[in-house]
Amino acid sequence: MYDGIVQELIDELGRLPGIGPKSAQRIAFHILQTESFDVSRLSSVLVEVREKVKFCEICGNVSEEVTCGICRDPRRDPTFICVVEEAKDVVAIERTREFRGLYHVLGGAISPIDGIGPDDLRIRQLMTRLADGTVMEVIIATDPNLEGEATATYLSRLLKTLEIKVSRLASGLPVGGDLEYADEVTLGRAFEGRRTVS
Amino acid sequence: MHVSSLSLRDFRNYATADIEPGLGSVVLVGSNGQGKTNIVEAINFLATLGSHRTSIDSALIRQGSDAAIVRVNLAHDGRTILLEAQLNRNGANKAQVNHANAKLRDFPRYISTVIFAPEDLMLVRGEPSGRRKFMDDLIIQRTPRLAGVVSDYDRVLKQRNTLLKTARVKDIDSGNLGTLDIWDERLVALGTEITSERRRLLADLSGPLGEAYEAIAGSDHAVSIDLKPSIDAPESAAAYAEKFKNLLETGRVQEIERGMTLVGPHRDDVEFGLNNLPAKGYASHGETWSYALSLKLSAARLLRSESVLGDPILILDDVFAELDSARRERLAEAVADFEQTFITAAVAEDVPPQLMTQVFHVKKGTISYEIPAHD
Ligand SMILES: Nc1ncnc2c1ncn2[C@@H]1O[C@H](COP(=O)(O)OP(=O)(O)OP(=O)(O)O)[C@@H](O)[C@H]1O
Ligand SMILES: [Mg+2]
Ligand SMILES: [Zn+2]
Repeated sequence: MYDGIVQELIDELGRLPGIGPKSAQRIAFHILQTESFDVSRLSSVLVEVREKVKFCEICGNVSEEVTCGICRDPRRDPTFICVVEEAKDVVAIERTREFRGLYHVLGGAISPIDGIGPDDLRIRQLMTRLADGTVMEVIIATDPNLEGEATATYLSRLLKTLEIKVSRLASGLPVGGDLEYADEVTLGRAFEGRRTVS
Repeated sequence: MHVSSLSLRDFRNYATADIEPGLGSVVLVGSNGQGKTNIVEAINFLATLGSHRTSIDSALIRQGSDAAIVRVNLAHDGRTILLEAQLNRNGANKAQVNHANAKLRDFPRYISTVIFAPEDLMLVRGEPSGRRKFMDDLIIQRTPRLAGVVSDYDRVLKQRNTLLKTARVKDIDSGNLGTLDIWDERLVALGTEITSERRRLLADLSGPLGEAYEAIAGSDHAVSIDLKPSIDAPESAAAYAEKFKNLLETGRVQEIERGMTLVGPHRDDVEFGLNNLPAKGYASHGETWSYALSLKLSAARLLRSESVLGDPILILDDVFAELDSARRERLAEAVADFEQTFITAAVAEDVPPQLMTQVFHVKKGTISYEIPAHD
């Protein structure tokens, strides 16, 4: 244990995902000891990001305005919607440059252990978007793990009632994995080889 | 296969440990609590992704450290493979095979072990969970892909049980397109695969078990091994899946009431028979020992007959001290033709002398090699 404020910093850093006590300590001392490290820049970015960045009203992606850059882009094809778990998955898919449609971010996957059911995801919003008949195909790109698969199955059954093609990213993605960590080539191929599920 | 080098960092009571064991029997001697079992536990961990003593991975990390590292060079047929596992107190464990990033769950493809320990008595005497683990460890060693199936089944079970519990509280409308059906389908598919593999295992083990019992006990006895499945269905996978699905449907109200999954492979048991009686509750202390050793020996022989990587590595943790001299001799004979056998003992005299070819002394988390005396 360190004195007051230093320990507080370590504790705060340790609360971040993926940072254990040792890393927290290392980062804390980096901040304390590295002269070139611009503390005020970091703190202002942290404050700004909270103030400025919101979630797109349409797709749920992170956005500095009411709607995100992708939803506002007239060159995107509005007849395709790709459904992902998290905003970080949008970034991963954008890197592949395979997909020119729009996105829908669910905000997670069905997982009773984590207290997440269908009602806790942005599924109602998705159904609203699909109501006007513009969308021809929904591509479900949830993670290739148990919870992602369960979510995909749930969605495909729900969407069956609509006159819309529903496809699922082709396997080839590492099973048990995170979409975010799939490399660009694999993810790109998964898009090309997607299969229809209803 | 055999371990040609083992290196530990911050594992259990070892800050560092490095040994280079050879073929044949490798004996670790030292007083109680010095770290003998910890060594073999490290090797066993890589093959079973768990410990034979604890289900808490963090117990394997040395007190005061954030991470433990186990590094093993495996040799077989002139080729070597380097397996490295890093267990982290916080965050996911890491694994490498020949310096390339890998998944820990892939390790059973490269290393297999069979561990004999006093705890094995509980296989015969104890709760069904121990017998299920015995089966599942083996089906994974036979077919490494099943590691994913077994862990997925456990996770689906947890998800489903949580859902059943919340359903009781929230009173989910079962006519609604609920998510329970989705978990049910996964549970049935994964559970059916596990059950088929368990059945195949017991069928293949029954011959070797009889032979092993005779080798250990020194005389012939009627030995049998039968699955006592929670779901009584015909052998075929399709029939089993159908029955499983039906039971989940008809049992739904009761399951929601109880907040748990009441049928499935997680409720299976195995009956070990000896002289036409169940071994549990009937076998004597000596017979129970013979039975436990025979189960492990037959498992080792089965794995050997199927593996492309050669023999499994045998581990005899504190076993000889518990046996009478006749069983000691017969066990020594039975393990003699395996590629490599690790033996731990507090008292060197308990180990049959023909096995004392390589001896390491373990004291307070340091290991020293005893230079063999030439005569
Ligand atoms: N995570 C840990 N950190 C530090 N020490 C540990 C840890 N886990 C276990 N130990 C210590 O390791 C010792 C036990 O080692 P081990 O079980 O290998 O003993 P052993 O030599 O096999 O003894 P026995 O002959 O009694 O079986 C104990 O003293 C225990 O306190
Ligand atoms: Mg011990
Ligand atoms: Zn948007």
